[in-house]
Amino acid sequence: MRREIRLSGYGGQGLILAGIILAEAAMHDGHEAVQTQSYGPEARGGASKAEVIISDEPIDYPKVTAPDVLLLMSEAACKRYACTVEPGGAVIVDSGLVENVPSNAGVVYKIPVTDISVEATGRAITANIAALGVVNSVAKLVSPESLERAVAARVPRGTAEANLNALRAGMAAAQEAGSRAFQRE
Amino acid sequence: MAGKCDVRARLLQGNESCAEAALLAGVRFFAGYPITPSSEIAEILSARLPQLGGKFIQMEDEIASMAAVIGASLAGMKAMTATSGPGFSLKQENLGFASFTEVPCVIVNVQRTGPSTGLPTSPGQGDLMQARWGTHGDHPVVALYPSSVAETFDLTVKAVNIAETLRVPVILLMDEVVAHMRERVIVPCADEIEIAWRPRPTVAPSDYLPYDAGPDGVPAMADFGTGYRWHVTGLYHDITGFPTSAPAKVDHLVRRLEGKIANHRRDITFTWDEHMDDAKVAVVACGIVARSARRAVRLARGKGIAAGVFQPKTIWPFPYEQIAEIAARVDRIIVPEMNMGQLIGEVQRAACGKCEVIGHFRVDGEPITPEEILARLEEV
Repeated sequence: MRREIRLSGYGGQGLILAGIILAEAAMHDGHEAVQTQSYGPEARGGASKAEVIISDEPIDYPKVTAPDVLLLMSEAACKRYACTVEPGGAVIVDSGLVENVPSNAGVVYKIPVTDISVEATGRAITANIAALGVVNSVAKLVSPESLERAVAARVPRGTAEANLNALRAGMAAAQEAGSRAFQRE
Repeated sequence: MAGKCDVRARLLQGNESCAEAALLAGVRFFAGYPITPSSEIAEILSARLPQLGGKFIQMEDEIASMAAVIGASLAGMKAMTATSGPGFSLKQENLGFASFTEVPCVIVNVQRTGPSTGLPTSPGQGDLMQARWGTHGDHPVVALYPSSVAETFDLTVKAVNIAETLRVPVILLMDEVVAHMRERVIVPCADEIEIAWRPRPTVAPSDYLPYDAGPDGVPAMADFGTGYRWHVTGLYHDITGFPTSAPAKVDHLVRRLEGKIANHRRDITFTWDEHMDDAKVAVVACGIVARSARRAVRLARGKGIAAGVFQPKTIWPFPYEQIAEIAARVDRIIVPEMNMGQLIGEVQRAACGKCEVIGHFRVDGEPITPEEILARLEEV
């Protein structure tokens, strides 16, 4: 099965690193994975995106066309990408950063990802890793063990513990959201 | 994880894969002038080469970079550079010198949309012909073209080996998409890959004739500084290395240079294909477009269309024989490429009217999608 994931927000949120970590975790699980990203003017400020494809078979076309899983971490990204999601796909929205999500955009999960990051680590800079925890809990893309291993290996030296805390906080928030149908539409 | 080598899967970026493969193949000298979308190759090698006792130098421009690579190679090092279209244009003069004087080297060109400064961060495939004919005069070159990060690793090793064994500049053409994406690569151990070196002289320095080639057309090459003194010139030269304008010697040299590639054609032609056995329509594509073609053909097969895909990994020398054989048994060949039609010209030459050849050209800086190719496959 081929699953397409698009992580979008603004430049500086660390979404490309999140994409690399997700792809590496998928590789640890024995899957094929490709990570691509947008370069150029849109990589700084404005809408920025990282994309990951995970598959059991060799991946032919490496670009995402219609994501099954979409993370929206800015208003600009929401405007640009909300409607690209595959029908029935999962849309995870940082509800602290995005106010309005088009109602036709898949199954929407509104979770205050950045707030969760600040609560867990005291910093918004780990929001990308908290988002990974949320995305993976919602979409079940990779094993939690592989995800933790990839996070620990890829984040800057000395920050593994904080980032793992952010990851777990994101996972917990998503599970809670699922069990209480927390703001789920 | 015991043992001298830890064979494992790694998630590598295309440019990272190229740099790591070059190191494994024995490259110990890099000179360059960093340029998007190839910059990571220089960045990584600037960190890694000194760790391995190699040399990295950022020169004042691409012309000087290419000259430094030639100098290092003449002194006995495996040497490479990396650039994009604008820099590749600047390197052409010295590339011709390397080709004519038979100095092994690898030139990576991560293509962008051209001409001129073009679109620095967007993919394009406009340098296929430049890789073959960018420098003046009849000259031998080899060009390889990967479609994935794993192929980048494999073809970089092959590029270094071919450069050494045939004493020829080898161009690794890459697409921006492949250069910047990350995929799994099984990184081999040093003792698991075949490493080649240029033939070196077995005679005494006093008996050394630097351009006296044996039957395979590749003369032995002595390292500068080892007591073998020889003359390297971009003028026509005889077996002593000194200039000549004697018609027979001039003719002999240009034909030997052409012949040394032709003689080794089979060893350096790499291709990939899928569903070609019973195909009635073939897609011929290279680089990232081969990945789109692969997907399109799989989708077409699902719709009952007898489609197949053929990917030349070696662009120069072009696999004319294989394309001719395909043209003889299919009704049509579709050639999608991110330029106004370069690969298609060679496909048409090979097909020689035996089947219809249709181009699909995209030049807006975006990659060709599988759906575009599928639409062409459905037009019958």
